Amino acid sequence: MTSADKNRIKDKAFEYVGMACTFFGLFMLVIFLGDILMTGIEKIDMDFLSNFPSSRARKAGIYPAWTGTLWILGLTAIIAIPIGIAAGIYFEEYAKKSKMANFLEINLANLAGVPSIIYGLLGLQIFVRTLNFGTSLLSGACTLALLILPVIIVSTREALKAVPDSIRQASYGMGANTWQTIWHQVLPASAGGIITGIILAISRAIGETAPLIVVGAATFITNVPDSPMSDYTVLPMQIYSWIGMPDKEFAKSAAAGIIVLLLITFVLNGIAVFLRNRWQKKVKW
Amino acid sequence: MEKLSIKEKKLEAINLNVFYGAKQVLKDVNIAIKANTVTAFIGPSGCGKSTFLRTFNRMNDYVEGFRKEGDIIVDGKDIYQKMIRVEELRKKIGMVFQKPNPFPKSIFENVAYGLKIQGIKNKKLIEETVEKSLKQSALWDEVKDDLKKSALSLSGGQQQRLCIARALALEPSILLMDEPASALDPISTAKIEDLIWELKQKYTIVIVTHNMQQAGRISDNTAFFYMGDLVEYDETKKIFTNPEKERTQNYITGRFG
Ligand SMILES: Nc1ncnc2c1ncn2[C@@H]1O[C@H](COP(=O)(O)OP(=O)(O)O)[C@@H](O)[C@H]1O
Ligand SMILES: [Mg+2]
Repeated sequence: MTSADKNRIKDKAFEYVGMACTFFGLFMLVIFLGDILMTGIEKIDMDFLSNFPSSRARKAGIYPAWTGTLWILGLTAIIAIPIGIAAGIYFEEYAKKSKMANFLEINLANLAGVPSIIYGLLGLQIFVRTLNFGTSLLSGACTLALLILPVIIVSTREALKAVPDSIRQASYGMGANTWQTIWHQVLPASAGGIITGIILAISRAIGETAPLIVVGAATFITNVPDSPMSDYTVLPMQIYSWIGMPDKEFAKSAAAGIIVLLLITFVLNGIAVFLRNRWQKKVKW
Repeated sequence: MEKLSIKEKKLEAINLNVFYGAKQVLKDVNIAIKANTVTAFIGPSGCGKSTFLRTFNRMNDYVEGFRKEGDIIVDGKDIYQKMIRVEELRKKIGMVFQKPNPFPKSIFENVAYGLKIQGIKNKKLIEETVEKSLKQSALWDEVKDDLKKSALSLSGGQQQRLCIARALALEPSILLMDEPASALDPISTAKIEDLIWELKQKYTIVIVTHNMQQAGRISDNTAFFYMGDLVEYDETKKIFTNPEKERTQNYITGRFG
């Protein structure tokens, strides 16, 4: 056997091993999703979506949970997106060289890696107690906003960095000031990347339970939230509480809850991909 | 070279020294440029031509470690004074860069950008200006059917003429061009050169080039730089046929560079 043959065999072997690994991952995912779907799908109907949780599994629904999740997501986005983008712009376009920015930048990267429960404790101290927001949606959303801010800031910076400097030069050269250059040129050119970062960050927030437990999301609730100051629960917490129930019927409710949660995630990601493609088609270097 | 009266001087550098950090890139440069002429800056690469060009619209302000001594005078005003607003200055001084850098937007939006950032909303005025500028830069006939097309879909030569149109839309009186044709094919280069020749009627043009023939073809005066020194500045004819300095002679005849 020549060494070329050997190499070819190695090459092929690696291809198959890699393929096997990919399929293994996909296979597990399909089994998991299949299992969830088979268990939960029968549960999903208008009643399930419009009922409150109950000690009787047949009647138990996720009305407060899915509305709570949407509320939390909306509020978190409203808080985190403007602050995150503004901070990203500040770091990348204004404070590039300052010592302060350097120092903050290093710490920002660290912040993105802090376990989420720590954010929960921070939120408990600042929002629940000091600012007296109580165990409201607002406390939860502020806490999650803190959690995803570093991700948004870092990804915004990356997106801004990808805009070639020649564009800024052209804009300055025509008498634009820094803000006009950012607003009219840099932001539109980097919108695809910024949106992607935001969606990734929000996707992370959807699944977070630990910090919300700490800042007081309830598991059993008899009201749907109607303002940022309402008490609330969210889907992951509802699912978690059902999984712990002895009655097997609740396992079905949990599976159905997971399906709804996945749907929300997919829709969000779908929107993100759509927006990104739209922007990216316009902007190609 | 004739002495210019104060009124005739459009651009002037007086005892200009420029540093990037500790490194000096321009050494005691003095020059006076007459209105409605084309002036070519020539010299080996790295000798400071771009740096010098960019002092006239203060584009060096963004470079870390940039520092200058001496004065730059535009239309009789010291442009590095505190009270000067660079945005106003740059409306008066258009710039065209070495590599075409249209905005990733439509042709129309590219040319209209200068008006937009000035807060001009009058649609008719904007449309007229766009058309006029594209005609001036000899691009109109090629793009008039689809102004909504992305500027990035144009050829390199067209993009560069678009960048010129974009600068002209602000009705500047001065055009700074940093090797505007160096990234282009010969046909596009010829078009740009013709264009510069046309524009000379209305604008004061300073063009950096390291193409000797180009400098010879299009400029009235030529300044030869070498390692941060302005070695010789004279009428182009004189520089190319009978320069005073041996170093200029050597460069022109291609003995180094
Ligand atoms: N942003 C910068 N920072 C530091 N040094 C620079 C910068 N730009 C140019 N230089 C240096 O200044 C000198 C002159 O550069 P430049 O003006 O671009 O020359 P030219 O246009 O004649 O080729 C070169 O030695 C170059 O390395
Ligand atoms: Mg140069």
